[in-house]
Amino acid sequence: MFYIFCPYCKEHREEEEFHARGQAHLMRPSDPDNTSDEEWGDYLFFRNNPRGIHHEMWVHSVGCRKFFNITRNTVTYDILETYPMGEQPTITAATPDVRHEQGVQVADGGWQTVGARSENKALNEETSS
Amino acid sequence: MQRYSGFGLVKHALGHHENWERQWRNPEPKKRYDVIIVGGGGHGLATAYYLAKEFGVKNVAVVEKGWLGGGNTARNTTIVRSNYLWDEAGRLYNHSLDLWKGLSQDLNYNVMFSQRGVLNLGHTLQDMRDIQRRVHANRLNGIDSEVVTPQQIKEIEPQLDISSRARYPIMGASWQKSAGVARHDAVAWGFARGADALGVDLLQNTEVTGFKIRDGKVLGVHTNRGDIEANTVGCVAAGNSGVLANMAGIKLPLESHPLQALVSEPLKPILNTVTMSNHVHGYISQSDKGDLVIGAGIDGYLGYGQRGSYPTIEHTLQAIVEMFPMFSRVRMNRQWGGIVDTCPDACPILSKTKVKGLYFNCGWGTGGFKATPGSGHVFAASLAKGEMHPIAAPFSIDRFHTGALIDEHGAAGVAH
Repeated sequence: MFYIFCPYCKEHREEEEFHARGQAHLMRPSDPDNTSDEEWGDYLFFRNNPRGIHHEMWVHSVGCRKFFNITRNTVTYDILETYPMGEQPTITAATPDVRHEQGVQVADGGWQTVGARSENKALNEETSS
Repeated sequence: MQRYSGFGLVKHALGHHENWERQWRNPEPKKRYDVIIVGGGGHGLATAYYLAKEFGVKNVAVVEKGWLGGGNTARNTTIVRSNYLWDEAGRLYNHSLDLWKGLSQDLNYNVMFSQRGVLNLGHTLQDMRDIQRRVHANRLNGIDSEVVTPQQIKEIEPQLDISSRARYPIMGASWQKSAGVARHDAVAWGFARGADALGVDLLQNTEVTGFKIRDGKVLGVHTNRGDIEANTVGCVAAGNSGVLANMAGIKLPLESHPLQALVSEPLKPILNTVTMSNHVHGYISQSDKGDLVIGAGIDGYLGYGQRGSYPTIEHTLQAIVEMFPMFSRVRMNRQWGGIVDTCPDACPILSKTKVKGLYFNCGWGTGGFKATPGSGHVFAASLAKGEMHPIAAPFSIDRFHTGALIDEHGAAGVAH
């Protein structure tokens, strides 16, 4: 279960309040009239599908209903950062040792404790409910 | 190969079952093959089997990074049906269903294919319109399918709650009588044993680390056990297809998601058939062992973790209890996830690529098991001839640029 920090609500909320909406930072072709079938197809259907660091768009659908971005590891399911629309990620696949520097939510080694523990206290403060 | 028979069983019983031969060899990789299949799941093994058996290509290697049938072949809910909407998909899945019918005899391996029928429930007026449209399309394509009323459903599956008390009352269903379930592991093992007997090398614990490509032509693969050469390479790697495509410099329109399933404690026979519902979203059947086999939806996010999320389990079990209130106190035994490679139009990709000699068979998403023999057969035909088989041709990767998509989200059964 993910415990996701919404950059607009400034709060950690449970996964069920959110919806994943696919790859982030997709650019619609800027000149539609002069865009080839190849480019339209790529824009509409072709996506990055990495084993590892992935930037993706989520929506806080039963919260503030705003879209934001998450950088997440698709194998360990660690969420490394969340950031508002329009901003660029600070962590990418090229960043060395991302897990230990920036870990917000970390799988505890076991297969069923996905995202249950934090490694970085500052980024993952519990909110009183 | 030692053929299995009733007589053989008696003979081996007298020998205390100590003299059964191994079902397949564990060979060292040769330097060169005619065809390399990357991925030793059901589809890959079926491809190798049909290549050797029907198309005379016997110098074949199946390269598998783990063990045979250890991915989604071992993780699915074993449903076999062919009631898809569009002509192209109908032909493909029905071709597969035809092969299923004689598979146990063909392989000399009991795949326990049981044609117990599939109900696809409708809970709203729109559901029923979609079901009617799909059933009519099926009948035009020679697929047995009919619309049934709640009373007929009650006769087929007495435990279903067809009352108006339900939150989403059942208004009807489509019923494919020739559909059913099969023993998933036996399918992989049967194809593996058959392929091995025909001379195919099954290379387990052999991970492809790259492709040897020169002048836009594939020359072989790099593996952790050395380089293997072949002028034809077929990738049948399900959830890991994207990773392979990346190595070859190809982009695929696939997203890998976790899809989970769960089984209950074993019960006495209680379900006659397979029941699926798109609307409340759950599907259930009972295995011969007695456990209820329940399939869930995919997790919305990308993942390679081979595990699913708890909210999805909760939603699925709510759906099951909605359909079968009597199961509310059944305890679940195990839960697991597989990685499915979903396509934007919920149909697979069987295609050549821009690299000559490199073929992909992927994108089966949430419904690949039912297609195992058919997919293997048409893919083998394509690899052997160098031209896509007519049934496979519409599933080219080009469709995402030409726009000739085959939208099967309605018939796919799992929302994604």
